[in-house]
Amino acid sequence: MSVDDGALPLSRRGVLAATAATAAMSSSRLSAEEASPAQPPQVRKIVLRLNGRAVPLELDTRTTLLDALREHAHLTGAKKGCDHGQCGACTVLVDGRRINSCLALAVMHEGDDITTIEGLGQPDKLHPMQAAFITHDGYQCGYCTPGQICSAVAVLAEIKAGAPSHVTEDLSAAPKVTPDELRERMSGNICRCGAYSNIVDAISDVAGTRS
Amino acid sequence: MRAFTYEKADSPAEAAKAAMATPGARYIAGGTNLLDLMKLEIETPGHLIDISRLDLDEIKETDDGGLRIGAMVRNADLANDTRVRRDYAVLSRALLSGASGQLRNKATTGGNLLQRTRCPYFYDPTKPCNKREPGAGCSALEGFNRNLAILGVSDQCIATHPSDMAVAMRVLDATVETVHADGRRRAIPIADFHRLPGATPHIETTLAPGELITAVTLPKPVAGAHIYRKVRDRASYAFALTSVAAVLPPGGGGRLAFGGLAHKPWRVEAAETEIPRGARATAGAVLAGARTTPQNAFKLRLVEQTLAAVFDQAKA
Repeated sequence: MSVDDGALPLSRRGVLAATAATAAMSSSRLSAEEASPAQPPQVRKIVLRLNGRAVPLELDTRTTLLDALREHAHLTGAKKGCDHGQCGACTVLVDGRRINSCLALAVMHEGDDITTIEGLGQPDKLHPMQAAFITHDGYQCGYCTPGQICSAVAVLAEIKAGAPSHVTEDLSAAPKVTPDELRERMSGNICRCGAYSNIVDAISDVAGTRS
Repeated sequence: MRAFTYEKADSPAEAAKAAMATPGARYIAGGTNLLDLMKLEIETPGHLIDISRLDLDEIKETDDGGLRIGAMVRNADLANDTRVRRDYAVLSRALLSGASGQLRNKATTGGNLLQRTRCPYFYDPTKPCNKREPGAGCSALEGFNRNLAILGVSDQCIATHPSDMAVAMRVLDATVETVHADGRRRAIPIADFHRLPGATPHIETTLAPGELITAVTLPKPVAGAHIYRKVRDRASYAFALTSVAAVLPPGGGGRLAFGGLAHKPWRVEAAETEIPRGARATAGAVLAGARTTPQNAFKLRLVEQTLAAVFDQAKA
């Protein structure tokens, strides 16, 4: 193994000795010259299109789309589970496609069409997927449910559009709505209560494939 | 998360210029890995250059019968492309075996190549890690290393590269196209793109500072069985213990690349002459020089058995 960059580790131990470990970590991967000085919060005015409405917001650039929805636009349907893209509770639709809103910066989504669970349906006018989750008891505590439903709506659209998944046997054929396909495609949405089988029933019902 | 300034780039060349002009700047596209690391303050850019709206989101045929994949093409769109599904199925399969539907809708082709390792100590700021803090030491060598590297490792780092896509691109002999701040362009063979850890595990690719990935090109398709077999702790949404990307023509021969074993997609071209002799001989040649720990030595056998399954699948 060759040491082809002797410059980087130079005074790292000195830095470590002189500074709290967490502070020293801030310069990871950067040479001393590259390290950026701490700076004050940066605020920007943006307009997000949320469930068909233009919503003007003034946000710290660090604000995730999830925090913009919940804390600033007061759309608290999307939930914060892990905040690291592992659980899917924050799933929303951006231009019809599902994403983890916790791993998105709000400032990067100006101009996009963002749909949250509130935009899919309301108590007096449920989206068919919401109604099916109720019919099939697709939840217990309900915390993951808005994310599950947004994801499920997108899953059926993806299958309808012919997009394959890891369990699709023939990449050249149109995928079908099967329990295997749904389980694979919904794997980014974790349910701690374990309502998975009822969730698969609910989605199959909406797709019209439940036997 | 540390505060940062933010700008949207209008062109790849402008983005590269802005990156050179602003110390501590980083590009952001899908953001699925970078934002995660920024929340943990493992990445602390003072300035973000948003390249997600650059006009690099098309997949086009090249003059020599291959495909040029724009750096901003989303993983989901690449996996779903009709030409990729037909002619480069190993790439579709690899992409579909990675992450979740939500993440594949955001993650880009360029960003996927630049993913950081999922070594647990890289993610744990309370433990030393040479990748996070050069010279700090490696906690993984004597720690929980069941899923870490066995090939090309060093005394400073045994992290693996987490990408499935890159393993398929390695077996397809892809080329990474880039632009520098001064407008200079470069084409880097995927074999030379990722580095082994050596004494500088914090330097993961051969990209120069500010150099921006604009596309990945695939040469013309190679006929044969295209297989991506990934072995993991659960059936979906998990990183590989090991994976095999294979293109196996019916007449014999073939190509193999491996994930989950090293700091980069692993391919030993000389070992591919062993394919007719079977999984054991081929695995032996691929795994020459492996350095295991008591926890991850199981990967030696796992590679052989995964290869056997791949060869069976090709015959079926």
